[in-house]
Formats: sequence, structure tokens, C-alpha cells
Amino acid sequence: MIGLQLEIQLVAVLAAAACALSGTFLVLRRVAMISDAISHTVLLGVVVMFLITRDLHSPRLVVGAALTGLGTVGLVSLILRTGLVREDAAIGLVFPLLFSIAVILISGYADYVHIDVDMVLLGELAFAPFDRLEVNGLDLGPRRAWLMGAILALNLIFLLALYKELKLTAFDPGLAAVLGFSPALVHTLHLGVVSVTAVGAFDAVGAVLAVALFIVPPATALLLSDRLPAVIALAVVIGAAAAVGGYWVAHTFDTSIAGSMATLGGVFFGLAFLGSPTQGLAARALRHRRQRWDFALRLLVMHLLTHEGTAAEAHEAAAEELPAHLRWEPRFAAVARLAEQAGLVERRNGLLVLTPRGRELAREVMLYGTG
Amino acid sequence: MGPLDLLLFLFSDYTVRTVGAGAVLMGVTSGVLGVYALLRRQSLLGDAMSHAALPGLALAFLLTRSKESAFLLFGAALAAWVGALGVIAITSYTRLKADAALGVVLSVFFGFGLVLLTAIQRLPTAAQAGLDKFLFGQAATLLQRDVLAVLALGAVVLGWKEFKLLSFDPAFAAVQGFPVRLLDVVLTSLLVLAIVAGLQTVGVVLMSAMLIAPAAAARQWTDRLSTMVVLAAVFGAAAGIGGVILSSLGDSLPTGPTIVVCASLLVYGSLLFAPHRGLVWQRLVAARRQRTVRALRVLTQLYWLGTQHGDPFHPHPAGALRALGGPGVPGILRELTARNWVRRLPDGRVGLTEEGLAAVRDFLREAEPEAPAPAGSEAKAPGGEAGR
Repeated sequence: MIGLQLEIQLVAVLAAAACALSGTFLVLRRVAMISDAISHTVLLGVVVMFLITRDLHSPRLVVGAALTGLGTVGLVSLILRTGLVREDAAIGLVFPLLFSIAVILISGYADYVHIDVDMVLLGELAFAPFDRLEVNGLDLGPRRAWLMGAILALNLIFLLALYKELKLTAFDPGLAAVLGFSPALVHTLHLGVVSVTAVGAFDAVGAVLAVALFIVPPATALLLSDRLPAVIALAVVIGAAAAVGGYWVAHTFDTSIAGSMATLGGVFFGLAFLGSPTQGLAARALRHRRQRWDFALRLLVMHLLTHEGTAAEAHEAAAEELPAHLRWEPRFAAVARLAEQAGLVERRNGLLVLTPRGRELAREVMLYGTG
Repeated sequence: MGPLDLLLFLFSDYTVRTVGAGAVLMGVTSGVLGVYALLRRQSLLGDAMSHAALPGLALAFLLTRSKESAFLLFGAALAAWVGALGVIAITSYTRLKADAALGVVLSVFFGFGLVLLTAIQRLPTAAQAGLDKFLFGQAATLLQRDVLAVLALGAVVLGWKEFKLLSFDPAFAAVQGFPVRLLDVVLTSLLVLAIVAGLQTVGVVLMSAMLIAPAAAARQWTDRLSTMVVLAAVFGAAAGIGGVILSSLGDSLPTGPTIVVCASLLVYGSLLFAPHRGLVWQRLVAARRQRTVRALRVLTQLYWLGTQHGDPFHPHPAGALRALGGPGVPGILRELTARNWVRRLPDGRVGLTEEGLAAVRDFLREAEPEAPAPAGSEAKAPGGEAGR
């Protein structure tokens, strides 16, 4: 029983790592949805191969699925290269067509047999441990663990071999082209790896979870870091955490494993969205607030400096009248107190007077702006 | 069956007429709204939102325990709408772009929907059977759909200026004082409305296709928003009616996928053949430009050769020109002779005509306005550094 649980988690973690590696560049390239597109189009490959072999259990059906994955990304790249539509539309012009052709083929030629992607690509983690890889009667573990492990290795090798090219073409395709790297070639190679990974992952963990693993961990990681190596590493860790945590959530509440893993990934994303130290909503709100008060302080000292020693100082610098002069909302009256605390101004007979430090800041602001 | 009989059949057959009317309306609505989705890079909203509707559907069932379509539809629409708001929040508050936001919402919502469905399957009632089919093709009443479609189209007309501004220059719209966030939410909500309404009748994949293909096709024919909206509506309707007619003729052609294929043909045709943007057009323009350049080169060579003899009309052997200009030269010379820019002497030599000389001078003046006018006998080397 323990072995079963471990094996399920192993397959999920391997899939999560493989998807996170190639998914990061999908997200950076703005073609994240291509993983979803492939999940629709594999049906065509399955149907075509079935019509050729007339055998629902032929291994060639899987090959067909993988080939349609490649065909899908090939078509998308082709359309993208015309420059006539953008990434989202290019993806959206390919998968409905291929899927529809598959449905038409089914109803025309294979109506008598129930044919569905999940008959070819298992897509159910819970069953993964029951399909073993055996060599000479020796049980080597779940077949899908080996398959996903191989795909993970492919992703790792690809990433290590072409890291510089991938990085450059993802962030600055123009510069890459000038430097003599072909962005289109790198892009196509990457999408090829993606389609192989996708079909493997559909088989191992199901289409929904595969799409989630491609997109959610890299998206979460991008909210947490600005450095590509860190983003990739974080994506792998987050994906693996969602896989393991999701398994135990599903185990505890006795519910869908893939669904729980995807949901947990969503929870991680939500946490990063709210609480990321640099990009999170909370950090942004705090920064915004701090900037407002900071701006108000600088405006105050500037105002005081402008009127320092003039006849108007008597009322322009009067603490009570300040909000009216600067057209501030009443709550900003607290700025005066804040400035006092910061040692920028002093209160003398109801007038705010700049301290040397305050004067210095005001000059600085007038010279260099409020930034 | 002759063509007239066929027409009669199509317009008298009740099913074809009803389905056709529905498909046309759906084509028009999704075509128009798809234009905005396309311009705002939200083309895949249809695909994403139809998946995001699942948890709402399941929750609605869990709460009401009934398969009353109004509840379920409401739940689905609500979940899709929340998902769409999530997409807006992610794209406006983080560095992530629409594709990643759509992908996150799609997969997480659908995954959560799976969790809820598992819970429903464990309920001791049998009422949950077929719940998952609800999203993918239970016909909504015609009236519901018509009302939603008309509402959505009306809103697009009412908010024409605002939505246009939002789609092309949101920053400018914000500076002008338009409530950009609100407009974004309203426009996206309209899309969700159209998607959920269409979803029930035509299914996920068709809905995605109909939001993208007519708009993408229309985009190739025009640069004006108003023309594009009208064209997208026409393309949407054409794909709808074409799909319905084809599938009523074919033996076992399912309607939805046939509509998708029609819409795809329209868009791929437009990508190839649309004037100005289409690939074939671009090729033709490039080829014509190349021919013009080569013709002018031959003409200019004749001119410089001539001026070196002190006479721009001085004829030269065609072979010499061919040696300078390559194997295409005889064809070019024929063309130039036909235009009467070049005259061919009986001995096979060719020289400029009056018109040809004028053409060369025009060209040289345009190409190198700084250079001294290449007049007559003055055999000066072309242009200085500046003209090169």
C-alpha cells in the first residue's frame, strides 16, 4: 500500500518537474495555452492511427497522438511566422480545426466503435502503479515512472544544452536574431520537446493536470523571482509540492487526485499573487501607501522651503492651514506630525519651520524631483 | 435534386431552418465579440472560460440538488465570470500575460471542478447522471439564447467608442478619464455571457473557434474596426449557415465540427488571399517590386553606357546587357520594348527611346535627389557618398 502511494507520487513529481522545465519557457513566450491546445488535438492522431490500424490497442495510436502534438505546434509556428495573427489567435486557429476534423472522421468512419483519447492515453494517476515495466520477469516499477523519467531527462538535457539560446530567444528574439541565433529554430525545437512532454504527461497524469503543471508552477515562480535560474528551480519545486501535497489532500478527502493537485497548484498561485514579497498584491499596496506618504513629506518640505522667510509664511506655514493650502484630504494632516518625527520640521508658535535636515531634503527634491 | 430543389428543401425543412437560424445568430454574436477578444489578445477566453464553468456547475448542483437548467446555467456563468475576473486581476496586477492567466484559471478551475464532481458522484442520489454532459451540448431554449445574443450585441453598439478606445489604447482611455477597469470588466463579462450561452448549444471547441476564426479572418481584410466588426459578423454567419447546410447534405457530418471547418476555411483563405495582408498578395507585390527594380537596373545601365559614348540614345548589343544583368535580361528587354522605353535595332542592338530616357531620369532624380541632374552628355559617375 505504501509502495503504491509512493509510486503514484513519484510519477506525479516526475511529470511536474518535466512540465515545469519546458512550461517556464512557454509562459515566457506567451504561448502557455499551447499545452491546452495539444490536449484537444491529440484526438486527431488517435483517430487517424485507429483508422489505419483498425486496432484500439495498437501502440501506434500513442505514436499518432505524439505526432499530432508535433503537428499542432508545427502549424502554430507556421501561422505565427506569417506575422498576420498573434500567439493567442494562432493557437486558437489550429486546435478547433484539428479537433473538428477528428470528430468528423469519427462520425464518418468509426461511428460503430467508441473511441476516446482516454482509451489510448490513460490519464489517471490512480492506475499508474498497476502498469509495470518488467524486464526478464524482473519488476522495475511503474512503466509511466520510467517514461516520465525519460521525458524529464530529455527536458533537462535540452535545457542544459540550449540554456543560453532559450533564454536569449525568450527575452529578446530580436537581439538573438542579430547575434546569429535563429529564434524560430529554437522556438520550434522547444515546442517539439513540449509536445512530447505533453503527450507523456497526458498519459501519466491526465490532460487537466498536465496543463496545470505546465502553466501554474512557472506562473507562480515568475511572481516570486526575477532571475531565470531561480524561476525554473522554483517552478520545479512548486510543481512537485503541488503533486505531493495534492496527493495527500486527495487521500484525506478521498477525492480526485489530479483535481486536488491542480487545485493545490492554484492555492500556491493565489498565495504568491497575494503575498509575493516583490510582486504580490499586499507588497504592492504597502509600497503604494509608503510612496504616497513619502511623496507627501517631500511636497511638504518643498512647500515650506518655497515660503521660508517670505511675508506669506505666517499663513502658508501654519500647521492648521496646511491641508487647505496643499489641497490635501484632511487625513494627510498627519504628514506634519510625521515630518516632525522624522526631524524634518519643528513647530514654533503654530508655524512649521524646516530643520537643517528638512531644508536639505527640500533642496534635493527641488533639484532632482520627488523620486 | 437540382439546385432549386435543394434551396427549397433547405428553406422548408424545419430542422435545418431552426438550426440554421441559431447558427447564424451564434456566428454573428461570437464574430462581433470575437473582434474585441482578438484585439485584446483574449482569443482563448472561450476555451478557458468554458472549462472554468465546471466548478460553478458542480457547486450549483451540490447546493440545489436539482438539474434545473436555469440554476446550473447560472452557476456555470458565475464561475466563468469569476474566472474571467481572475484573468483580469492577474494580467493587471502581475507581470504575467493573458495566456498564462488564462491557463492558470482554466486548469485550476477545471481541476477544482473535478474535485467537486467526485464529491457529487459520492452522493446517494442518481440525479447527478449526465451532469458533465450539461456543459457540452444540451440545447438551451432558443429564446434564452436569442435574448442573450441580442443583449450582448446591443451592449457592443452602446459602448462602441469606449470599447474601441479600450481595445486600442487603454492608457489613453485612462488619461481621458474613462473608467478603464470597469470597461474591461464589462467587455469581458459580455464575452463570458456569449460564451456560456453558446456553450450549451454548440460545445467548447466550436465556441472557441467561433470567437477566433471570424474575427481573425476579418482582421486580414481591413484596418478599420467598424469594417472588421461587420465582416466578422458576416463571416460568422456564413460559417454557421455553411456548416448547417453542408452537414444536412452529408451523410454523417456533425453540425458543430462542420461549422468549425467552414470557419477555418474562411480564415485560412483570408490569411492566404486577403488583399494587402494576405500571403499570396504579399508574394505578388514582392515579385512585382523585384521585376520593377530589375527593369530599372537594365534601363539605367543602358543610360550610363550611352552617356559614356556621349549620347544617351547610343544603342548597345543585347548580349552586353545580358552579361551585366544576368539571364533575366532578355525577358526584361522584351517588356521594356513593349512599353516603348527601349527600341530594338535590326542588327540586334538595343537603345533608349525618348520615353525610356525620361523614365531613367525620373528614377535617378528620385533615387538621388542630391546628385547633379544627369543631363545629357555629362558622363559623370553617379552620386557621391550621400546617394549610395
